[in-house]
Amino acid sequence: MSDSAVIPVPAKPVPEWRQYLRFAWNAFSQSVEGGWKFYVWMTLLTAVFLVGANAWAVQVRDGMALTAMSDHVSWGLYIANFTFLVGLAAGGVMMVIPAYLYHDEQMHDIVIIGELLAIAAIIMSIMFVVCDLGRPDRFWHMMPGLGKFNFPVSMLTWDVIVLNGYFAINVYICGYLLYKRFRAQQPVAKMYMPAVFLSIVWAISIHTVTAFLYCGLGGRPFWNTALLAPRFLASAFVSGPAFIIVAIQIIRWQTGRMFGEGAIRTLVGIVRITILISLLMVVSEIFVEFYTGGSHTGAAKYLYFGLHGHHELVPWIWTSIVFTIVAVVLFMQPKVNRRPVLLNTACLLAFVGLWIEKGMGMIIPAFIPSTLHEIVEYRPSLTEWKITAGIWALGFMIYTLLLKITINIHSRKLKDTSGARTVTPDDALAMADGGGLV
Amino acid sequence: MNDPSPPSPKTPCGGNCSCSGGSANASPPPGDDGSTRRAVLKGLGATLGVAAYAKALAPLTELTKETSMDEFLQKHYKELSKDEIATVITRLTQEAKEQYGADVTISDPKPQEGVKFGYALNLSICNGCRKCAEACHLENNHDRPSHQSYIRVFEMTKGSMDFEKGNVHYDHPVPQPDKYYMPVQCQQCEHPPCVDVCPVEATWKEKDGIVVVDYNWCIGCRYCEAACPYHARRFNWQKPQIPAAEINPDQSYLSNRIRPQGVMEKCTFCLHRTRNGRLPACLEACPTGARVFGDLNDPASEVRYVLENKRVFVLKEELGLKPQFFYFFDE
Repeated sequence: MSDSAVIPVPAKPVPEWRQYLRFAWNAFSQSVEGGWKFYVWMTLLTAVFLVGANAWAVQVRDGMALTAMSDHVSWGLYIANFTFLVGLAAGGVMMVIPAYLYHDEQMHDIVIIGELLAIAAIIMSIMFVVCDLGRPDRFWHMMPGLGKFNFPVSMLTWDVIVLNGYFAINVYICGYLLYKRFRAQQPVAKMYMPAVFLSIVWAISIHTVTAFLYCGLGGRPFWNTALLAPRFLASAFVSGPAFIIVAIQIIRWQTGRMFGEGAIRTLVGIVRITILISLLMVVSEIFVEFYTGGSHTGAAKYLYFGLHGHHELVPWIWTSIVFTIVAVVLFMQPKVNRRPVLLNTACLLAFVGLWIEKGMGMIIPAFIPSTLHEIVEYRPSLTEWKITAGIWALGFMIYTLLLKITINIHSRKLKDTSGARTVTPDDALAMADGGGLV
Repeated sequence: MNDPSPPSPKTPCGGNCSCSGGSANASPPPGDDGSTRRAVLKGLGATLGVAAYAKALAPLTELTKETSMDEFLQKHYKELSKDEIATVITRLTQEAKEQYGADVTISDPKPQEGVKFGYALNLSICNGCRKCAEACHLENNHDRPSHQSYIRVFEMTKGSMDFEKGNVHYDHPVPQPDKYYMPVQCQQCEHPPCVDVCPVEATWKEKDGIVVVDYNWCIGCRYCEAACPYHARRFNWQKPQIPAAEINPDQSYLSNRIRPQGVMEKCTFCLHRTRNGRLPACLEACPTGARVFGDLNDPASEVRYVLENKRVFVLKEELGLKPQFFYFFDE
């Protein structure tokens, strides 16, 4: 009895989960602190997000009639963005593969930038699906166990699984690595490496399954092509790296530290290949469509040249084609590695070009002409644009906060101050190398 | 990363703020004053933010009338017991009264044992009058302003079966001499892709071959609408508008009851009629006798006679969905 009484309270180790919660809380509360530029940026994003949230609330109340969709074009801007964002999330893996499979040390240090992008992009893509639902209040019908989950027949249930799985894997990896750094401990390989390798396979799966959503439909010839999944992947491996290249530079500019030069070079090298593969696949699709001819070519004709006097999508797709080709030319220049303006222009053009190609250029033509060859056109309504802008704003907010947490931890501005830990030589090393971001 | 340059004095914090990372000698104003002002500003910002969020999402609260808790928690049709379905139907009847001012009767007829419905349409005599589409509109309590119907009638050019040469918006006396007419509605496929793709099993094929939707289970993702090759499905883009006097009070749960906003609907071969021995509304309205409906399992049925003796085809047979809706020509 007396023995137990003298055990001092501090000696009792704080359980790991409580440590983790404290870490999460500290990380969050510090991430919302910042200079005036940060507050202006976040206030702006919040304002745009609120405009979108309001538009969505009105859409739920008054019905999807507020969108420009119809029984003929039953998916529009929301599903277009959803498709693109799944690709963006998958694209983050193009940092993971060089970092972990090819042991690219520089990439290894900043691979988390890509993993955090995956988290933000998955949240956005799921929000786009929710905004596309006529009855978001019945969302629970889709939950396995609670509702009725039409697995494995419905590809949409596969998508629910892979998207949520990918989200969980990336949250786990990022959460673990940041927590370890927060506590100034060396990450234990067996705690996160399996998840890293799983995330590589999983990244491929999210975009493959998303392509299967569309290409398995026999009634929509425009989608019904085996090339769809490879095409999705190739374009994802352009848009993801393009975004990350720009993100790295913005972080450098904000933190005033030079890093990631080698990583950028690797990513440019990847994009040089993937953008050509992506373009090649588009060209071979175009060839098959137009050389074969017949009424199944209607959608492609409508998309590229207009059909029977209807050409709503023609400006979209040609913008995409021009942007992509200019991006290809820029990426191929050797000086793209030395001239940030060239590089960023190339990234921006590729990003926007693929957003159109994978979005409006991919989803809408499948519905025009309709399955009974009627032509009803589609131009997104103001409500759809507001909601789209709102979700993008939220995505940028999430990504900003996640990056801030990471920078705070890597710069040791945010660190474990509980003092209830011992620093091993390994840990001291981990702290000293300053690793990665700053 | 291995960065040779010494840490910039600007990082990690400019020092203009009172964040914990700021150096001690950074800001001239005394810490207390600065942080108080900052806290006040932050509180104000947070309050404004919460107010803005509340205001932005306020339209959602106006929905409470339409979606009751009972509606929200309602189980899938197939999991409802007899008593539960009776309760649900009572609620739906009340809602029709409250929201539309109509006294309706909602039944829940089950498939008849051993019956499998099939529909055939005689293209030689259909004259394109669209009476079937109109009858569907009225029978199934479709939205009035959009003039919705489960049937679309195509005016086709003789010598071609290509819908690309068809026209659904014709506006002239019918029939035209160089044309023929092709009404299209749900083909009640044997292998319906719309059922396969539904993520929540809100649509399924009944024993008598009719593909139905549980309007209270559908989440409105419209994947089925994308999957259907026959343009047979419709979405309720808004709450259907129908004057009380025009509402067809003879309704059933799985067919023509007034649909909620934001869910899918489709042709049900008028199961509230056909499961009770009556004919579909579109058939009754047809002035030419082009439509033939019946039990495919009954060798003596008229529809079986057509299948065995006429030149019959189905739409888009190459897709392998096995429609139970047949088109035929006279000898």
